[in-house]
Amino acid sequence: MSEDGLTTIGQEFKGERGDLIPILQRAQDLYGYLRPDAIRMISRWLKISENEIFGVATFFAQFRFHPPGQHHIKICLGTACHVKGGEQILTIATHRLGVGAGETTADGKYDLDRVACLGCCALAPVVAFDDKIYSQMSVLKIQRILDGQKID
Amino acid sequence: MDKKSIERRRQQAVAKWEELQKSPIPFIYIGAGSCGLAAGAADTQSAVEEYLRRKGLNARIVQVGCIGPCYLEPLMDVQMPGQPRISYSNVTAKDVAYILNGFFENGEITKSRLAGHFGDGDLDGIPRFFDLPMLKPQVRIVLRNCGLIDPEDVDHYLARDGYKGFEKSLSMTWREVLDTVKRSGIRGRGGAGFPTWRKWATCRETESDQRYLICNADEGDPGAFMNRSLIEGDPHAVLEGMLIAAYTIGASQGYVYIRAEYPLAIKRLKKAIAQMREMGLLGQNILGSDFSFDIKIKQGAGAFVCGEETALIASIEGKRGMPRTRPPFPAIAGLKGQPTIINNVETLGTLPNILRNGAEWYAGYGTDTSKGTKTFSLVGKVRRTGLIEVPLGITLREVIYDIGGGTQKPFKAVQSGGPSGGCLSEEFLDLPIDYEHLAEVGAIMGSGGLIVVDSDTCIVDMAKYFMGFTQKESCGKCVPCRVGTRHMVEILEKVCDGKADLSDLDKLEKLGHTVKNGSLCGLGATAPNPALSSLKYFRSEFISHVKDKRCPAVTCKNLVVYRVIAGKCTGCQRCVKVCPTGAITGPRSEPHNLDQSKCIKCRSCYEICRFDAIAGDAIIIES
Ligand SMILES: Cc1cc2nc3c(=O)[nH]c(=O)nc-3n(C[C@H](O)[C@H](O)[C@H](O)COP(=O)(O)O)c2cc1C
Ligand code: FES
Repeated sequence: MSEDGLTTIGQEFKGERGDLIPILQRAQDLYGYLRPDAIRMISRWLKISENEIFGVATFFAQFRFHPPGQHHIKICLGTACHVKGGEQILTIATHRLGVGAGETTADGKYDLDRVACLGCCALAPVVAFDDKIYSQMSVLKIQRILDGQKID
Repeated sequence: MDKKSIERRRQQAVAKWEELQKSPIPFIYIGAGSCGLAAGAADTQSAVEEYLRRKGLNARIVQVGCIGPCYLEPLMDVQMPGQPRISYSNVTAKDVAYILNGFFENGEITKSRLAGHFGDGDLDGIPRFFDLPMLKPQVRIVLRNCGLIDPEDVDHYLARDGYKGFEKSLSMTWREVLDTVKRSGIRGRGGAGFPTWRKWATCRETESDQRYLICNADEGDPGAFMNRSLIEGDPHAVLEGMLIAAYTIGASQGYVYIRAEYPLAIKRLKKAIAQMREMGLLGQNILGSDFSFDIKIKQGAGAFVCGEETALIASIEGKRGMPRTRPPFPAIAGLKGQPTIINNVETLGTLPNILRNGAEWYAGYGTDTSKGTKTFSLVGKVRRTGLIEVPLGITLREVIYDIGGGTQKPFKAVQSGGPSGGCLSEEFLDLPIDYEHLAEVGAIMGSGGLIVVDSDTCIVDMAKYFMGFTQKESCGKCVPCRVGTRHMVEILEKVCDGKADLSDLDKLEKLGHTVKNGSLCGLGATAPNPALSSLKYFRSEFISHVKDKRCPAVTCKNLVVYRVIAGKCTGCQRCVKVCPTGAITGPRSEPHNLDQSKCIKCRSCYEICRFDAIAGDAIIIES
């Protein structure tokens, strides 16, 4: 399926250098991360070395190089969230999940990330659980959310 | 579509809009910006749908963008036939039935959760929404449609004079438009405040047959969301601004460079661009003129530095987002080496208003050197948080107290301009907000982030936070920024840990000036601002950390301890259950023990004791 998906994506672009980042974004949407074989294909197609593609991709925070967990927890540590206690929410999530920011739990269930602003600063602190955004979080609420998620 | 047919379309849109105001069926508006959704607007909307279904009622639900007072989200407006639209605040799913029952069952205006109405004049003693303390001092120009119209319905935009500013510019020469923008006095809203007309003129006067326009929607300042709200609430305003700018500078291709963290804004932009294309507002010979233009969306990939013009261009070209030295400025040699104008979302969104209402009208707001209005995201410890738009020259005090309602604990500082800006103390509260005054005291206006903090926030910790942010986001190209910011972070960490001495503060200051003067781009050149301004205005707080090894705000982890007050603890065990590390132990009904070696200072016990336990405040945090 991998080649097919990528080929379809390829048809949307002209194959110019400027298409590199959008193509990487689409490839990541497709597989959840930048698989080495996908990078190889993109490299052949755009005639840019794999080395250079990695150079570009590692520059940007969005790109991942490992398979993602089933759920993605993003703790906002933008300024508004920081001054309202985002750091402590991260401390708890780190402790409870047993992984640091940027890591995936051993059972592959959760990715934990710190992000710099989800744009809901007026309702800080904010945590995103997959696509759902929880606002006005607290150290107690995050514990409850983690409890709830563990059950299902 | 030509000029006549857009006029016809607009008339239809006006009729549709007026019908909406006088509609025979009730309308229910849901504030469904990102902030509203985060507060639970989707659940509120489901509850409304469910209510209407259960009662077999006919009403229309319209999703609108953010109207500004995010602290009141989720907002729900009810508009009964023949009545003005009435707004309710903090409406969660369980409040819906009660509010709607008032209207649908009892035929009266529900009084609980009422925020205000959108009609003219008096209504049963209910305040006008725009007369609420948070809104009254505001002047809404660029935000005029946000929260009022359905951002996905171009007819709403058209009915409210949408695309009239662009049509006006088409009837003028590019020089005339340039002159209008010049007389309006508008300066870039993305941070630097460069006069918009001047860079446009440079670009237009540079010989080329391909010029580019880029809308900078990267909004990198963490803690600011003005651009997101504007795009979500009124995407066509920004796109109309792009048409005006492109026409003036002679660009045929435009890009919106938007951060990927804003999925709703991206969705709205895509939809709006499709509507423009369908109406002939993009493509060849727009409205029958010889002006042709198209717009593409480029999603940022998560790098703060890509908000900087040359880095942004590199990233669109498919390279690492690293800045380069300027000159040449992008207005002369930018994207693919061609003359390129980069303007901020808000700068562009303001242009239609200037063209429609005239330069003098716009220049009537603001000060001599800083004309017009500016949006700010007012967040942190103020009571009323949200998105505001005020005339420049307004004082910080008016913004923080009159609009924001002040702070609960004593005010300590306001941070303006994000990671490039400065931290100002109480003595500056009467400072007018404009480009010059803020720069004079070591802050900047920036893109409009205003973060208010109170006595519970540690200034040193905040300086460390910003420094840590820029250090991580430094692209690494130049040494002062790459190495200098790292050393500054290390010194600030030492201060926060109580391990620094006074000479470290001098080192910090010196290093700050070196990084400022030696860095290649704006990121490094402004990165020391938060630390330097804090050091200047809050030196005593630094000294406490250094000399007394104390954090006066009781924030810095390594300088605080958590304690159980034995005389107050009733042994209710709430904290025992919530402690993630098992640091608190003790049998029921006996004062609990806190094992310092296990405590990770996560604050859970403190909060549960304050809000949820029997004793109330048996756990204290001390420094
Ligand atoms: C590190 C850095 C980050 C920036 N981030 C942004 C941003 O997120 N949005 C923005 O509009 N301008 C940003 N700018 C400013 C832009 O480089 C540029 O000045 C601006 O987009 C020009 O538009 P304006 O003239 O309409 O303000 C940033 C500058 C620097 C140095
Ligand atoms: S700072 Fe957390 S959402 Fe903006």
